[in-house]
Amino acid sequence: MKLTVNGETREIAGTESLNIDETLVTLKVADPLYVTVELNGTILEREAFGTTQVKDGDVLEFLYFMGGGGQ
Amino acid sequence: MSLRADQIERYSRHILLQDIGGKGQEKLLAGRVLIIGAGGLGAPIALYLGAAGVGTLGIADADMVDVTNLQRQVIHFTPDIGKPKVVSAAEKVRAINPDVTVHPHQEWISAENIAGFIADYDFIIDGTDNFATKFLINDACVLGNKPYSHGGILRFDGQTLTVKPHESACYRCIFSAPPPKDAIPTCSEAGVIGVLPGVIGTIQATEAIKYLLGIGDLLTGRLLTYNATSLTFREIRIQRNPKCPVCGSQPTLTELKDNSDALNVCELETT
Repeated sequence: MKLTVNGETREIAGTESLNIDETLVTLKVADPLYVTVELNGTILEREAFGTTQVKDGDVLEFLYFMGGGGQ
Repeated sequence: MSLRADQIERYSRHILLQDIGGKGQEKLLAGRVLIIGAGGLGAPIALYLGAAGVGTLGIADADMVDVTNLQRQVIHFTPDIGKPKVVSAAEKVRAINPDVTVHPHQEWISAENIAGFIADYDFIIDGTDNFATKFLINDACVLGNKPYSHGGILRFDGQTLTVKPHESACYRCIFSAPPPKDAIPTCSEAGVIGVLPGVIGTIQATEAIKYLLGIGDLLTGRLLTYNATSLTFREIRIQRNPKCPVCGSQPTLTELKDNSDALNVCELETT
């Protein structure tokens, strides 16, 4: 299936559906425990990662904490 | 308030702009902006807002200038090492523009004092370096109904979002709670390219100016991310989250608390 991930097309071969947890692993997302996931414009609850499926054509945004700025 | 002859000259490039003019410049001179953090982000924010003639600038930071700051915190100079950052920053802003009243607040922002601070200002800017304060600023601004600008930087990446409480998504609509202490690398651990806070901070200062003028479209409902390596900006639409703990339909966070678990992301830098 083809997904749009942070604006780029990503192909995941050999499957037509994965849940969010599996997608994070498959796409080798850094710090999966602390990433916020937006699926087709809606921010997902972390508790729903295991039960929310992504499918061909979905648009995912992985949003990361950035804490710097001061010192 | 009407502009003096010297002000008409000083702000002439603003006054020439149709969207600003003399009336807009008067709004800026009457404007009050609180900058929390006088570091990487706070430096360009304070310099540009001061130069622009934002009449009252509060600058809050308890820290002292350290040699490792000077690679990016362009408001502080080598002879300022050891000086309180708010004193160093106030000196530069006053030197750029004597029209500006600067209120240096040499203390850490906490759940106890933040509501009192923000009440006196029209617009708040987060230029802090730790998640505890970032979340506290968000919560205080949402509960106090103050518009504010979030900014964050790390390595070659930056992000910024403007929040109009109860109208647009807040920081907790995206990130419901701070990450545990030490979960996310800090600038002191992971590094940051010195020009990065200049890009993000200047955008944050632009938002404050637009808000005071009442012009244009604020960076609300969209998180702007910037990557310096690829020189790409991206805008991610962010809707208000009905389950947001502070601005959602059934908020669980109704009073301010210090997020002590997440304190001091960049603390190591000066120790």
